[in-house]
Amino acid sequence: MPSTENASPERVGEQFTFRLWTRLRQSDLALPLLGLVAISVLMSLASDNFLQFSNLMNVMRQVSIIGIIAIGMTCVILTGGIDLSVGSVVALTGTIMAGLMVGGLDPALALLAGLGVGVGFGVLNGALVAFGGMPPIIVTLATMGMARGFALMYSGGYPISGLPGWMSWFGSGRIVGIPVPVLIMLAVYLLAWVVLERTSFGRHVYAIGGNERATRLSGVKVDRVKLFVYAISGLTTAVAAVVMTSRLMSGQPSAGVGFELDAIAAVVLGGTSIMGGRGSIIGTLIGVILLGILNNGLNLMGVDPYVQGVIKGAIILLAIYIGRSRHA
Amino acid sequence: MTLQEERPFPLGRPRSIEREPALELKGIRKSFGPVQVLHGVDLQLFAGEVHALLGENGAGKSTLSKILCGILSFDEGEMRLNGQQRRFMDYDDAVKAGIGIVFQEFSLIPYLNAVENVFLGREKHNRFGLLDRTAMRTRTRELLGRLGIQIDLDMPIHKLSVAQQQFVEIAKALALDARILVLDEPTATLTPVEVEHLFVVMRQLRAEGVAIVFISHHLDEIFEICDRITVLRDGHYVDTTSVAETDIDRLVLMMVGRRIEAGFPDKPDPDDTAQVVLRAREMRLHKNMPPSEFELRRGEILGFAGLVGSGRTEMALALLGEFDAASRRVELHGTQRSLANAADALASGIGLLPENRKDEGLIVPFSVRHNISLNNYGKYRKLGFFIDGKRESADVGAAMAMVRVKAPGPETRLEELSGGNQQKVVIARWLNHDVDILIFDEPTRGIDVGAKVEIYHLMRDLTRRGVSIIMISSELPEVVGMSDRVCVFRAGRIVKTLAGEDVTAQEVMKHATAGGSDAIH
Repeated sequence: MPSTENASPERVGEQFTFRLWTRLRQSDLALPLLGLVAISVLMSLASDNFLQFSNLMNVMRQVSIIGIIAIGMTCVILTGGIDLSVGSVVALTGTIMAGLMVGGLDPALALLAGLGVGVGFGVLNGALVAFGGMPPIIVTLATMGMARGFALMYSGGYPISGLPGWMSWFGSGRIVGIPVPVLIMLAVYLLAWVVLERTSFGRHVYAIGGNERATRLSGVKVDRVKLFVYAISGLTTAVAAVVMTSRLMSGQPSAGVGFELDAIAAVVLGGTSIMGGRGSIIGTLIGVILLGILNNGLNLMGVDPYVQGVIKGAIILLAIYIGRSRHA
Repeated sequence: MTLQEERPFPLGRPRSIEREPALELKGIRKSFGPVQVLHGVDLQLFAGEVHALLGENGAGKSTLSKILCGILSFDEGEMRLNGQQRRFMDYDDAVKAGIGIVFQEFSLIPYLNAVENVFLGREKHNRFGLLDRTAMRTRTRELLGRLGIQIDLDMPIHKLSVAQQQFVEIAKALALDARILVLDEPTATLTPVEVEHLFVVMRQLRAEGVAIVFISHHLDEIFEICDRITVLRDGHYVDTTSVAETDIDRLVLMMVGRRIEAGFPDKPDPDDTAQVVLRAREMRLHKNMPPSEFELRRGEILGFAGLVGSGRTEMALALLGEFDAASRRVELHGTQRSLANAADALASGIGLLPENRKDEGLIVPFSVRHNISLNNYGKYRKLGFFIDGKRESADVGAAMAMVRVKAPGPETRLEELSGGNQQKVVIARWLNHDVDILIFDEPTRGIDVGAKVEIYHLMRDLTRRGVSIIMISSELPEVVGMSDRVCVFRAGRIVKTLAGEDVTAQEVMKHATAGGSDAIH
């Protein structure tokens, strides 16, 4: 067993490089990064267009919606939970925001109302999981159906269009050549990183996933942390809905189907353990970009869309298989 | 230390010594990894006898019974079945050889009914290859009838009472028509009337020539039903004696032995004037049981002793609100408090070192640093939200130094540490708090001797600083060596509180195992 005694001065430098290397190697980020590099090299060899700035920005913009949803999903999965309701909540939030704007409500208030709906669903999920003691997969499966139903009820099943023109800025605007949705996504990632890595709340999120009972018995208010985590997932989902509604310039009650699966796939590809406790928000960003590049690359290569699903699934399985020993 | 030299009793003889033993074990040794749990155990089992296996928690009784029925293999020694040398491949092999076991932990499937459980894995089939439900049902009813109980055969097991489940478990063993039957604490969950039923059946089986190994902590039961007794201590064979030739005091002495009790720090002189920091009254873990009460004084170590399952951990958790007790009245520093959970308890200055380090104490994927500061972050805030890493590091460093965690550094992951160091990390978690009451549940379980001694000294350091400690322990020497006073638990309640000179292994064991009517006030 190693001990503290071997920190003699002449070995400090040697130890530092060694530590940096082992830290990178042992970090949960190593494999996702390797995957990202590998797939990028592969794609740039396969297609000349891939490495162009416009194409790369395009990829980033395409992944921004799932990317934002995956932030809340990461928090939830880190506690050992899951949130299946995100896709439906995107649709509900979008239709309500669009409906309120079209109905003449102050657009800023409409946006706030949309965020409120997202957070509200998150709080509902969180309360049922944390205080109701119900399994997250069942709770969010049920609220997934409810949110979709509300969206269809509210809109009568039709898209709500006729949004004010400035609304398109969130989805299609650019600041110094970088698409606004990408900037929003990166901003939310930065915020999430700070919360998860630099606050006690973040530590408790990891701790609950690592060992919920131990965390509770050490005096952490576990139920409150869980409630917040699902609320955060609702919030990021609503932010994603703002971007999507802006892209489509309409509220689509049938939008967002399958988003929960893409988000979960990105989180897991990013090295976060589906059992919770291990992983990182940066990993999720890498996972999101990895999935985006894969989509983009397969399109550039002209692969049949039917076949693309099979390839993506196989790559996810392969990634989890390679990474499984780390979470054993 | 050779146990043979200490043996104060002549080897007991069965009623008829001419017969060959149905089963004989000689010099059985068994290790789990580096830990040797059986050090050469002998057992002679004759047809038509009820043979008690006796010893305190961890003496090796359950390990030995699992070896008897092929669930565990042994490293060294010899097993003879009816004179033939045998070594069972697995449980199934032992069953075919006529051995049955009633497990201490139930082996029943909760969602299946009694019939399906009794015949699990040995279902009867009719000539079409389908399950012969009628035959299995009839047989199950017959077996349960023999045990004197009636249960709804269609009811899933988990809906039955614990006692009923125990009888189904016994019926399952009887269904094997075993010639050698091992009953591992079958009476722990039964009422006296139910125990009598069981004894009737055991006597009947004995008359039919079945050899029964009976494990129980209740000495009165052993005197009622058993013919001979084999005593184990810390995995060593102590002696075999016939019931007629011994009594409770002798048995307790055999179980406890004369142990070298080194490594414990000196106890301070008892201080009856010390302030009472916690007073618990009307403590009922379950409905319809007599209340228990105890008090904890400033700077003392109060031991909670008793057999596994006697309610020690539950009592401690009930204090914190983490166990739903039927009734409780807890006073902290003279004020009535009703704590709701561990977070509430922490705010009131009570910390818990849980029983099961891996499942309840550690966040295994976390580093040492994060494990220690887990419930401390409130103190390291800057700008309202952010963790003040510098102060966290300083406090973690101080805590690590204080408990002397041997780790390469604070960023080392917990899984790389030894059990003793992991335990120290969990202890360190509480040192930065203003807690004045700490509950240590099995603080040295699975820890090597050196680390144990360090933890003992650490506990005394804490009490000198005015911390009061409740220590739950299944290790008798530890209870006796560390506790200023001891609450002895039996069947979910405190039956006796010992102090000063009375804190001896014999006294604790006597009260924990119902060694006399004086234990009941």
